[in-house]
Amino acid sequence: MPKDGGIGASTKRREDVRFLTGKGRYTDDINIRGQAYAHFVRSDMAHGILNSIDTAAAEAMPGVIKVFTAADLAGVGGIPTGWQVTDRHGKPMQEPKHPVLAEGKVRHVGDPIAVVVAETLDQARDAAEMLDIDITELPAVVDMRAALAEGAPKVHDDLTSNLCYDWGFVEENKAAVDAAFASAAHVVSLDLVNNRLVANPMEPRVAVGDFEDHSGNSTLYTTSQNPHVIRLLMGAFVLGIPESKLRVVAPDVGGGFGSKIYHYAEEAFVTFAAKQLKRPVKWTSTRSEAFMSDAHGRDHVTKIELALDADHNFTALRTDTYANMGAYLSTFAPCIPTWLHGTLMAGNYKTPLIYVNVKAVFTNTVPVDAYRGAGRPEATFQLERLVDKAARQLGVSPVELRRKNFIKPDQFPYQTPVAVVYDTGNYDATMDKLLELSDHAGFAARRAESAARGKWRGFGVASYIEACGIAPSNLVGQLGARAGLYESATVRVNATGSITIFTGSHSHGQGHETTFAQVVSEMIGIDAGQVEIVHGDTSNTPMGMGTYGSRSLAVGGSAMVKALNKVINKAKKIAGHLLEASDEDIVLKDGKFTVAGTDKSVDWSGVTLAAYVPHNYPLDSLEPGLEETAFYDPSNFTYPAGAYGCEVEVDPETGKVTVLAFTAADDFGNVVNPMIVEGQVHGGLAQGIGQALLENCAYDAEGQLLSASFMDYAMPRADDLPMFKVDHSCVTPCTHNPLGVKGCGEAGAIGSPPALVNAVIDAIHGAGRTDVTHINMPLTPARVWSALN
Amino acid sequence: MHNFQFVKPTTVADAVAALEHDGAQALSGGQTLIPTMKQRLAAPEVLVSLTGIDAMKGVCKGDGGLHIGAATPHAVVAREAAAYYPALAHLAGHIGDPAVRSRGTIGGSLANNDPSACYPSAVLASDAVVVTNKRQIAADDYFQGLFSTALQLGEIITEIRFPIPERAAYVKFDQPASRFALVGVFVAKFAGGVRVAVTGAGEEGVFRWKEAEAALSAGFHMAAIEDLAPPKQRMIGDLHGTPEYRAQMVKVMTKRAVGAA
Ligand SMILES: Cc1cc2nc3c(=O)[nH]c(=O)nc-3n(C[C@H](O)[C@H](O)[C@H](O)COP(=O)(O)OP(=O)(O)OC[C@H]3O[C@@H](n4cnc5c(N)ncnc54)[C@H](O)[C@@H]3O)c2cc1C
Repeated sequence: MPKDGGIGASTKRREDVRFLTGKGRYTDDINIRGQAYAHFVRSDMAHGILNSIDTAAAEAMPGVIKVFTAADLAGVGGIPTGWQVTDRHGKPMQEPKHPVLAEGKVRHVGDPIAVVVAETLDQARDAAEMLDIDITELPAVVDMRAALAEGAPKVHDDLTSNLCYDWGFVEENKAAVDAAFASAAHVVSLDLVNNRLVANPMEPRVAVGDFEDHSGNSTLYTTSQNPHVIRLLMGAFVLGIPESKLRVVAPDVGGGFGSKIYHYAEEAFVTFAAKQLKRPVKWTSTRSEAFMSDAHGRDHVTKIELALDADHNFTALRTDTYANMGAYLSTFAPCIPTWLHGTLMAGNYKTPLIYVNVKAVFTNTVPVDAYRGAGRPEATFQLERLVDKAARQLGVSPVELRRKNFIKPDQFPYQTPVAVVYDTGNYDATMDKLLELSDHAGFAARRAESAARGKWRGFGVASYIEACGIAPSNLVGQLGARAGLYESATVRVNATGSITIFTGSHSHGQGHETTFAQVVSEMIGIDAGQVEIVHGDTSNTPMGMGTYGSRSLAVGGSAMVKALNKVINKAKKIAGHLLEASDEDIVLKDGKFTVAGTDKSVDWSGVTLAAYVPHNYPLDSLEPGLEETAFYDPSNFTYPAGAYGCEVEVDPETGKVTVLAFTAADDFGNVVNPMIVEGQVHGGLAQGIGQALLENCAYDAEGQLLSASFMDYAMPRADDLPMFKVDHSCVTPCTHNPLGVKGCGEAGAIGSPPALVNAVIDAIHGAGRTDVTHINMPLTPARVWSALN
Repeated sequence: MHNFQFVKPTTVADAVAALEHDGAQALSGGQTLIPTMKQRLAAPEVLVSLTGIDAMKGVCKGDGGLHIGAATPHAVVAREAAAYYPALAHLAGHIGDPAVRSRGTIGGSLANNDPSACYPSAVLASDAVVVTNKRQIAADDYFQGLFSTALQLGEIITEIRFPIPERAAYVKFDQPASRFALVGVFVAKFAGGVRVAVTGAGEEGVFRWKEAEAALSAGFHMAAIEDLAPPKQRMIGDLHGTPEYRAQMVKVMTKRAVGAA
């Protein structure tokens, strides 16, 4: 019998009631009496000298309260970067100033130049048309290699070049890696591009600033995945407001996918302007603005090489990557192509020697930062495409080449040559599961059936590993993080036994209100309906780091378990007192405290009431009340892994690729709510297939954004996708967190692009066209057709 | 969006009169015009809605063909033309999404003449007549390049008259993002010959592929296309396809349209 509550039950998402009935409370639903509206005037040039801005005519327009330019932001700091990368030569990365409004220069299409604040949004937009902005256009740098060429225009005049850093990892291994290549029996290499993406969450960004004159308190309502991080970065570095005077609220948030992690200029502006104007100030992004102001994702250009011995064992791996930073460093941008990418280059394999080189480059484009998977999809794509190419080049089965080089179950914990230690896993098990579920055995017949219709059918696999549960603070501190990456929780048990959890994690679609309550229900033995999950408000939750990197349950859930254990320990003491027994003899089960081996018991609510009405209570040794806070700092990352399979059909006449089937066999460790996990995988797969087949953020040579709306930026739609087969029955529980969970939020987007591209190459090779060894994503009909013709 | 006045006349004459105001513009389904206004790329002072004019709505079988009121939404054409002109109904039923189809109209689409729109190919391939408040315009004279038509300032389309071919089909190859036609080909076989109209591909908008028409008039089968060189019109090159790709797709889609007709 499936359980209907607790850990392992597919409990329906309680938050969906409000989302599906239009009762969600998103940032744009927040309207404060007397609020004014901000309209950002953005650069339509990629690069230029900002000579002057004449605001007089705009300021004279009806309803205008004030027009702000950089000159009005004296005392406001630049937007900070949260990670410092040290390069191959021990030098810190180049870190340019990122002003809230452009100072002296514009550096990408969408760079904010001025803000009109008016009584209504239409008035602000009308007035914006009256601004007289004088810009001398400069040549733009868009292509990363061109940006590094001698004499290229510089995005930041005060830097030595457009190179942010030249990172080598593991630098000490470089010579050994080169030597392994020199003596390899086989070398396989591949040049590829990981296409730039726009996250496009359904809800665009919104920020509302409020200021209370009598107390001097500021409040920012914002579409954020991590309100405490925004409070810290904006308060300490940009506006100089102490935490005690600054509240950041991230209410219901309609998707983030990484793009709502970062601290953005608009947030700082509305908070600043509210204080200046003594009025609430609201900004709501249009979709067009989102395309040119939300941080973009991916955008790597890579050469990757694999060395193999005569028996096809991988002996060394070498990569050379250019990573686009865009015009400024977004909050976590520097760490994505380095520590979240280089450390994953071992994949599921025993490759003993690895060297990763990454050059991060400034260009006149929107800043690039983490997007679902963040560095790990880039690593997985390179590796899994390369392994597939190796199998084809050597004439062996892609599945068997993978298996031969997999880390085997008895080799865990496994120290990779790229710093991380995998705690546990079973890669053959997920591969077996995948082949079974995708009916690999029946593929040949299906291929023949397609061929009879003039279509080419292909099957591709990819293995993946990712590092989630981000992250041990002392480790990331050594690697350059300017923040800790623990998580926090407060468990407030109320007098009648109901429980309110305050978590530092933030739910923007993940379903924490349901899953976290399931964990509490399981541990205490009370109905999940008695448990309320509160998140997203710095005024009532403990300092937390928020949600990204599939960390909520693994880190935030662990903090909650830790706090719950403190609560349970104290409750047992109270129960011991009430039952006149030693607290060591007290057992908590199904919401009841029993003296072991007796029938003496007291209900959970009897104990909680005693805690708050302490008439019969050990006041000499125990404080009244039942509320505990815990911070959990993980001792390692978690390592979800799996095997993905994709079956496609290629129309050779048009180049159109149809995804016929997609199967995912994941090892997420223990699963709290299978339905939610499936939903997370579905969403990830949709985004990964979107990247592989449809999505492409493109600039022209002048730095104009070509894919600036949904007319040209192709999002995946339901009819682009097959029914997914998703399995998570292969379980190797995480060995170092209390729930044994690993995280499932990004896997789908990590494993699917290489599986899909491998399937298309398989289809093309199956039709005899073995000359086509790679096609860059997205595999649009035109690109596939061009590769064939 | 800038402020504007809104009028909703019930006769063509009143609409024409209202359009004489400076800065007045016709509004039909609003699926093109409203987004343009929201982006502040258009700022008409007066919007003259055409959807209250009964004489401009509906699908009916008339002398020698199918008459469709210019303010008839795509969804209505999809439903009501099906019995008379299935290829045209199929085209209408695959424009945009349900919301676009229930508001967007045939007249708005033809007045706009987007190079990737579907209807222009049907009108041109069917040798239809565009009827306005002033005159009747033959399809061959109506389309004059990208977003440009024979319509004069203040002239409104009231009706489109489609001769009904013996066999016809429209095959649309979607642009992956917008799902407008990356290449769309409408093939119509009449007793007097075959007409082939191509949308989505040409730099000058919808065009007739005369070589294919000749070949298909000689023999209406897919093989007739096989040996033709792609059309010599200049093709659009953009993010979604090179000119060379589009030229090839015109051939492929023409062949498929013949197969489907
Ligand atoms: C999401 C989306 C997807 C779409 N997909 C497709 C597609 O796949 N294929 C396709 O062909 N189209 C597509 N369209 C366009 C759609 O068909 C529009 O409805 C059409 O282009 C315009 O028709 P309308 O009635 O909305 O015109 P409006 O937007 O009201 O008007 C358009 C222009 O025509 C003028 N006008 C309107 N009616 C008349 C008239 N009777 N006489 C003279 N001038 C007039 C207006 O003044 C305006 O300049 C799509 C649109 C959207 C929003």
